[in-house]
Amino acid sequence: MGGTDLPLVLEFGGGAELLFDNVKKRQVTLDGSKTWKIKELLGWIRDNLLRERPELFLQNDSVRPGILVLVNDADWELLGELEYELQPNDNVLFISTLHGG
Amino acid sequence: MEAQQESIAALEAEIRELQASLQRKKDELHSLKQSTVTAGKLTNNDIARYSRQIILPQVTVAGQLKLKASSVLIVGAGGLGCPAGLYLASAGIGELGIVDYDTVEVNNLHRQVLHSELTLNLPKAQSARAALQQINSQLKVRTYEVQLKSENALEILQPYDIVLDCTDNVATRYLLNDACVLLKKPLVSGSALQFEGQLTIYNYNGGPCYRCIFPTPPPPETVTNCGDGGVLGAVTGVIGSLQALEAVKVLLKLDGTLAGRLLIFDGTASSFRNVKLRPRREDCAVCSAKATITKLIDYEQFCGMRASDKDMALKVLQSDERISVEDLKSIRDSRKPHLVIDVRNPLEFEICHIEGSVNIPLKQIIEDKGLDDLKQRTSGGIPVFVFCRRGNDSQLAVKHLRKKLEGVAEAKDVVGGLHAWHYRIDNNFPIY
Ligand SMILES: [Zn+2]
Repeated sequence: MGGTDLPLVLEFGGGAELLFDNVKKRQVTLDGSKTWKIKELLGWIRDNLLRERPELFLQNDSVRPGILVLVNDADWELLGELEYELQPNDNVLFISTLHGG
Repeated sequence: MEAQQESIAALEAEIRELQASLQRKKDELHSLKQSTVTAGKLTNNDIARYSRQIILPQVTVAGQLKLKASSVLIVGAGGLGCPAGLYLASAGIGELGIVDYDTVEVNNLHRQVLHSELTLNLPKAQSARAALQQINSQLKVRTYEVQLKSENALEILQPYDIVLDCTDNVATRYLLNDACVLLKKPLVSGSALQFEGQLTIYNYNGGPCYRCIFPTPPPPETVTNCGDGGVLGAVTGVIGSLQALEAVKVLLKLDGTLAGRLLIFDGTASSFRNVKLRPRREDCAVCSAKATITKLIDYEQFCGMRASDKDMALKVLQSDERISVEDLKSIRDSRKPHLVIDVRNPLEFEICHIEGSVNIPLKQIIEDKGLDDLKQRTSGGIPVFVFCRRGNDSQLAVKHLRKKLEGVAEAKDVVGGLHAWHYRIDNNFPIY
C-alpha cells in the first residue's frame, strides 16, 4: 500500500466531461509499481472510464483535435506530450475548446 | 381580440418609424459633435468623463490619449461582442469597427445586451452602433454588415490596432487567426458555451497563435454551438468584459496580458483557472518560419464546417448539380438504381433518416475516407444523391464528391435536405 500507489486527479471540461458520465473531477489511483506515461494513461482512461464513442475523445493514440491536455495547469506540450511520466498527485485536465459566443 | 392585435401592430409600426427618424437626428447630431473631437489632446469633457480611470497609474493622461487614438475591430456583435463593445466604448476608445451580417432575433436578447426589443430584426451591427453611440457620442463606429470571408478579411482588419474574436464558429476562428498573423495584429479570442468560457490573446508578445495550439480543426460532430448547446448570458458577459480588459491592456502596452496563457472560466463553480500554453510552434503552418499558409485559404473546406452557427441557405452549386425532393421521389418510386448518402453526424442520423440511405459524415467525405468503397458502389455510373438536415452541408459534400467521383458517377445535392423531404414529400418524416 501507499508506496506503490500512483494517485492522480483527472479533470474534464469544456464539454469533454459529457463523455465521462458528466463528472468533471475524479480522483484515481493507478498501480505505482510501474511507471505511467500519459499515453498509457490515455489507454487506461479508454478502458476504465470512457463509456461510449471513444473517437470523440481519442484519435490515433492521442486525444482528438480540439482537446487540450494540461498537467498541473501547464500545456502538456511543454512536458513532452504523450511521453510525460506521471508523478504522484499530478493534476491532469482535459479541456475541450469552445467556439460559441 | 383581433382589433387589439391590429392596434398593437399599428402602434409598433408607428414606433419603428419614429425610431428611424430619431436615429437620423442622432446621426446628424453625432456627426456635428464629431467635428468637435480634438485629436492629440484631452478636452475638459474627456478629463471629467474618464477621470476615474485617468488617475490610475497604469492609465494616466498619456494612456487615455492612447485609447482615444486607438481603433478596435469587434468581429461578432453577439454575446461576447456586446459587453466587449460596451466597455471599450465607455473607456474612450477612439474608433470601433463592428462586423456582423446577422439581424437581431428575440433569442439573442438574453445575452446580447446592446440589442433590445426595439431593435428586433435590425442588422446587429446597426443596433450595436446606435447603442454604443448613445453611451458615448464621441465614439466613431464603422459597421460591416457582411460575413467575414477570406476575400474581405484582410481589407476589413487592416486599419485596426487590435482584433476581438467574438464569433461563434470554428471556420471563422481559423480565418481570423490566419488574417491576424498575416497582418501582425494581436487577436483577443473569447468563447463561451453553457456555463463555461475561455479567453486568451493569440499572436501577441511572442505568444502562440490559434494554430500553434490547435493545428487541426476538431471533428465537426464534437462542436456544439450556442443554438444547440445553450449558453448563459452572464457567462458571455464575463468573457466579453474580460476581452475588453485585455484589449485595453494591449493598447496601453501593460504587462500581465493573457498572451501565452489561457483563462478558463467555469460558471457552475464560479472558478477561474489560468493555464500556461506552449510557445509558438516551430512548425506552425501560419506563424512560423516554415509557414505553408501565406495567404488566406478556404476555411469552410479546411474545417469541414460552415462559417455560421445556424442554418442558412448556402448556394455553392449550379442548379444542374442539384435535384429537387420531388424529382428524387420519382427516381425512388421508379426503382432505378441509385445511392442516397446522408452527411449528418451519426447521432443525428440515428434520430431519423431516409430508408436505405448510407451515413457518411461531411468530415469523412472531405477527408476522402471510404472513397474507394464509394467508387465501387457507384461504378457504372450509379447516381448519388446527398442529404443533410437542411441542404447546406450536403452542398459542400457534393462539391467535393463531384471532383472525386469524376468519370465514375455523378453526385447531386438534394435541395432543402430532410426539411424539404418532410414538408413536400412525407409529413410523417420527423423534423428537428
Ligand atoms: Zn502559430
